[in-house]
Amino acid sequence: MKDVWRSVILIAAAVMATTPCPAVAAPRTLNVQVREGCIRAGPSALSAMVARVSYGETLAVLEEQGSWFKVKKQDSDVSGWMPKTSLTPRKVKLSAGEDDAKVSASGGELALAGKGFNSKVESEFKAKNKNLNFAAVDAMEKIKVSTQAMQAFLKDGGLAPQATEPQQ
Amino acid sequence: MKMRIAIMILLATIAISVFVCGCALVQVAATVGSTVGVATGAITTEQAESIQKVGDAASKALERFTPENEYYIGRAVTATLLADYQAMDKPSLNEYLNLIGQTLSAFSDRPETFGGYHFLAVDSDEINAFAAPGGFILVSKGLLRCCRHEDALAAVLAHEIAHVQLEHGIQAIKKSRTTTAFAVLGAETVKTIGGQELADLTEAFEGSISDIVTTLVNSGYSRKQEYEADQTAITILKRAGYNPTGLKEMLEEMGKRIQRGGPGFAKTHPDPDLRRQQILPLLAGFPPVAPHPGRQARFAKAMAGI
Repeated sequence: MKDVWRSVILIAAAVMATTPCPAVAAPRTLNVQVREGCIRAGPSALSAMVARVSYGETLAVLEEQGSWFKVKKQDSDVSGWMPKTSLTPRKVKLSAGEDDAKVSASGGELALAGKGFNSKVESEFKAKNKNLNFAAVDAMEKIKVSTQAMQAFLKDGGLAPQATEPQQ
Repeated sequence: MKMRIAIMILLATIAISVFVCGCALVQVAATVGSTVGVATGAITTEQAESIQKVGDAASKALERFTPENEYYIGRAVTATLLADYQAMDKPSLNEYLNLIGQTLSAFSDRPETFGGYHFLAVDSDEINAFAAPGGFILVSKGLLRCCRHEDALAAVLAHEIAHVQLEHGIQAIKKSRTTTAFAVLGAETVKTIGGQELADLTEAFEGSISDIVTTLVNSGYSRKQEYEADQTAITILKRAGYNPTGLKEMLEEMGKRIQRGGPGFAKTHPDPDLRRQQILPLLAGFPPVAPHPGRQARFAKAMAGI
């Protein structure tokens, strides 16, 4: 039985040795994976907007709360909250001077922006299927409701949000 | 017994390492753990394989469509549906649907998609609605008629938002298409896409759109997915301050109006009476909907002539 315990200690040591210590690791960063990202004052989609962030922008993570991360812009002191689903650990856009080949060669991962099903694929698809109604989809996308309009809509309708309601 | 404790300590060490350091290192840690474990005789080969599988699954979870991919899939699915279903030319109604829908989406666990949530009424007497990936949501005139107040309409839209949040549309895509798409994605590391890769990708795209449209129009999602969407809709409604009984009341009205054996929800969704039965335990303590005057006035105005 002593051998078993020795093995466990050895394995645990091996696992921990392959795992960088958080104290010396670089601060955690995440990348924006929505087209029009928005940092908000609080962890709610109805909180006031503090700053816009662009697709692929890298942000430092300060803390998390439920389905929200508190993040900080890298080029300024601006910080605030974003939904977890709007952020990804995967590289979305390349930095100036980088290209996919260099990133790939250095062991990093492929930048995701524009990869896979993209506008080029949509154009090919459209050319082959001319009867489809993309014009109606474009028109549909034009209707955007601002945070202020949402707040007014809730107030006028006598709706009192209970934002802490957990998922069933 | 001591052997079990030892293995549990090993698994716990891996779990803590994963929790602290994220997915990228899962596979390395699991491989090291399982290989060393077998070599020292502390764990069996089967146990080692189990640890390895956890590591593999965590790594493979990263191979999925991006929100940008999902957006283009959603656009094409919606453009396909809108070739058959005519958009209603009633701007005030569509603005109202977007006010309710985009506000509700703010209370979902996925408040933002790549291109945002968008809602549109379609001119069809069928009782029907479609949630395309990325947040493109169509609602038929027939389904709007099942709503007697804003709380009921909010329930319809929250159910569709739930399908988007839970990525049910994406799950309707056959594995063979995603395999092709991810293979091309992998091949793109050193060159800009073109020629054969673009053709392969477009074929996988076409197939994906067809899989989703077939599911939305003909086969429907599974009963389990529909129930999940109802459950999630109730959470969204409660968070936004709506009375979730609106969903039950809408389903009661739908039960009276639906043509069993007909097109739309009659073909693609569980019977409204069954859906109503399933959500009842989640509505305990909520009274019948007594619409707020401001809410009812704007609902009546927007729905006039439907």
